[in-house]
Amino acid sequence: MNNDLRRSVLDTPERNGASASGMGVGSHALGKDDRITLKQGAGGRAMRGLIEDAFLHAFATDPPQLAGVIGLAAMDDGGAVRIGDRWLVLTTDSHVIQPVFFPGGDIGRLAIAGTVNDLAMMGATDVLGLTCSVIIEEGFLRRDLERILASMRDTCREAGATVLAGDTKVMGKGEIDGIVINTAGVALTSHLITDRGLRPGDRLIVTGTIGDHGMAVMATRHGLALDTPLESDVAPINGLIRAALAADPTAVTAMKDPTRGGVASVLHEMASKGRVGVVIDERALPVRAAVRGISELVGIDPLLVANEGKAVMAVRADAAEHVLECLRAHPLGRNAAIVGVCTEERPGMVVLDTGFGRRLVAEPEGELLPRIC
Amino acid sequence: MTGRLEFRDPDRARALGGALEQAVAEVGRSPVAVMHVCGSHEQAIAKFGLRAAFPRGLDVIMGPGCPVCVTDLPEIDEAFALAMQGVRVATYGDMLKVPGTAGSLADAQAAGAHIDVVYSVAQAVDLARETGDEIVFFATGFETTAVATAAVVLAGLPANFSVLSAHKFIPPVMEIVAEMPHTRVEGFLAAGHAAIITGSGVFEPFVARHHLPVVVAGFEPLDILAALVKLVQMIRDDDHGVANMFPRCVTREGNRNAQQQLWRVFQTVGGRWRGIAHVPNGNLRLRDEWAHVDARRRFTIDVAALCDRAPSTLVRQCLCGNIMAGIAQPSDCALFGKECVPESPVGACMVSSEGTCRIWHQYGGVPNLGASA
Amino acid sequence: MCLGVPGLVVELDDLSAVVDFWGVRRRVRLDLVDEPVAVGDYVLNHVGFAIRRIPLEDVQATLAIYEQLLQESAEGTREDLMVADVRSELAAGAPRESKP
Repeated sequence: MNNDLRRSVLDTPERNGASASGMGVGSHALGKDDRITLKQGAGGRAMRGLIEDAFLHAFATDPPQLAGVIGLAAMDDGGAVRIGDRWLVLTTDSHVIQPVFFPGGDIGRLAIAGTVNDLAMMGATDVLGLTCSVIIEEGFLRRDLERILASMRDTCREAGATVLAGDTKVMGKGEIDGIVINTAGVALTSHLITDRGLRPGDRLIVTGTIGDHGMAVMATRHGLALDTPLESDVAPINGLIRAALAADPTAVTAMKDPTRGGVASVLHEMASKGRVGVVIDERALPVRAAVRGISELVGIDPLLVANEGKAVMAVRADAAEHVLECLRAHPLGRNAAIVGVCTEERPGMVVLDTGFGRRLVAEPEGELLPRIC
Repeated sequence: MTGRLEFRDPDRARALGGALEQAVAEVGRSPVAVMHVCGSHEQAIAKFGLRAAFPRGLDVIMGPGCPVCVTDLPEIDEAFALAMQGVRVATYGDMLKVPGTAGSLADAQAAGAHIDVVYSVAQAVDLARETGDEIVFFATGFETTAVATAAVVLAGLPANFSVLSAHKFIPPVMEIVAEMPHTRVEGFLAAGHAAIITGSGVFEPFVARHHLPVVVAGFEPLDILAALVKLVQMIRDDDHGVANMFPRCVTREGNRNAQQQLWRVFQTVGGRWRGIAHVPNGNLRLRDEWAHVDARRRFTIDVAALCDRAPSTLVRQCLCGNIMAGIAQPSDCALFGKECVPESPVGACMVSSEGTCRIWHQYGGVPNLGASA
Repeated sequence: MCLGVPGLVVELDDLSAVVDFWGVRRRVRLDLVDEPVAVGDYVLNHVGFAIRRIPLEDVQATLAIYEQLLQESAEGTREDLMVADVRSELAAGAPRESKP
């Protein structure tokens, strides 16, 4: 039963004619005549392929960091430009989550938190300003729009951020699904943190429980009756990160937020960019009981599930305990934990110690659950 | 719940691992090869990293225990042909992407056929009642799953529902494996869930005939380790019996109620299993008195048009048959992880969540990374 | 599809039960169980049907079997060590000392 519920949850029908089974011909490469597939929006290998082949080809300047620009080629959470002795960090995100209202949040909160968090992941926790661009389907309820905007306003207040510019478009009924929100943000930081700074010996910290957002959305979509309702963790965490960096901003060597593809995805990315191996202690991972329950029943590993209010950080060994204390002292970091270590062996690979033995965590092909963020 | 955590206690697991190592040493020859015939066993072994706890001198081979993987091309083709003839087909999610001669059910869906993924046959029956559409349930799975199909048949089906049975029966295939000339299997781990239905007694004729021990095993880490200890001890002692190491769920007689329902509805016939050619009494078909709900008799299924396609070059390189018979590993296959990946599978072993190749791929393709820290 | 999952019965009617699996509740059919099921019982569920009632006392019995297996192995170890000692001494041609 579990495997089949999992399949019915995970299967995204290929609506645009791309063959689902490939009839024995397998290929990752996107031929120029092929059509864009849903998989290419899932945040994994296929999407990276599309970005590298199409977008980088068009936009990459590929400058080295010394020249004062972190560009598209770095594929980090944001781009950055040096201004004097600081960095101007900028980022943008579009949000297409379905359903727009879910336990613990909505698309508005997600849009603001997502951009604020991407800036924070680069070490830029004081937001200068945000933009908000919406495309709304004709017929969308006015009161739903106002609810979303109110949620965005509240989330901005939490983050200490303001929307300074925006755009509004309406498309005809059926031309777009409900509402799509794009946000962009800018911030300044003296100390830039990338996602490629992992070094052997660094400790890996997650700032709280994993898998909450994806499982909450999935449970809602499939009407799973739960004893303890599960809520998304969607929240702006720039305040939490500021607290962690306060004592020693150089203690954090790399950082990323585990959205699509979950913690597994960011660990893979960080390990391969840093050319180190990662070993995670499964027993140290903080997981809510309800998430564990759904995971057992449906067979989806919490490591692979999206989070929207968490960070994965690599911290210098000598500073790890202190950073952990700072995180735990903050309301959003109560369940922070040291979950693993970086090694020289097996660069680019993520190993999980289950308590019985070790196994690899395979790189997720992309987000398992469609329309998750 | 039900002492689940006790069956995952790492200390007891370590102790059992030690006992297993000792038992293997006592057998006095190396390697000792045993086979399990259950996808869920392989899943558990991979997920918990149990291979790291197995001693070097022990080979735990996965045999033909994935019901999806052993569903042969003609059966997939029947379902595919029905779907393309315009009949609504309901099936378990794993079957969606298994390649047939002309394509998978997912391909049929992309071409406009109506396919429903269900997690229970009862759900498919409800669908027929609610919609009034003619629905064929493509019934796959071993005896544990076949009993559910039997139960709905006996409970009374609506006129617009029929069953296309591709169910299989495990004990006969153990005979085939035991009789294979190049087999080095010295004992079997039997699937605990199937044994709940059939009882551990079903293996008594087998052990008498082949002088090979059979141990019925559960699915938690301790269950699997303890069962292996017992199996290797029986090999050491030349003990050709059946041992039940899952007594909390399995009895010698099994579930008589379920058995009666199974055999009232189904009979065994010889048939093809993918990769294993002919298995006498290995397939379950509806008895004549159920002809009126048998899709094969209700419909004229035209597979002729599909049969004149030659298998592609890739399909010819596929090692699924040997992998399922336990004489090759996924890593022996040139296509594994390259042309053959879950998004574009060549063979059934890469499609099913219980397929050896799929499981290995999911866990990084490396089965044994060594012991826990 | 083999994946049978244990759960706790929280509600019951003639044909089906509501079962709690680690906090997720699902309705499960009772056509196939071979003994009466009550609220508070554990059942093993497979593709939407309960296929077995799991008596709690059997859980303890299973754990006891595993303990016994470990004990027997341990006893075997002691014996083997002694045998191994004797063999190696004989092989070395040394006179055998009596062990306490």
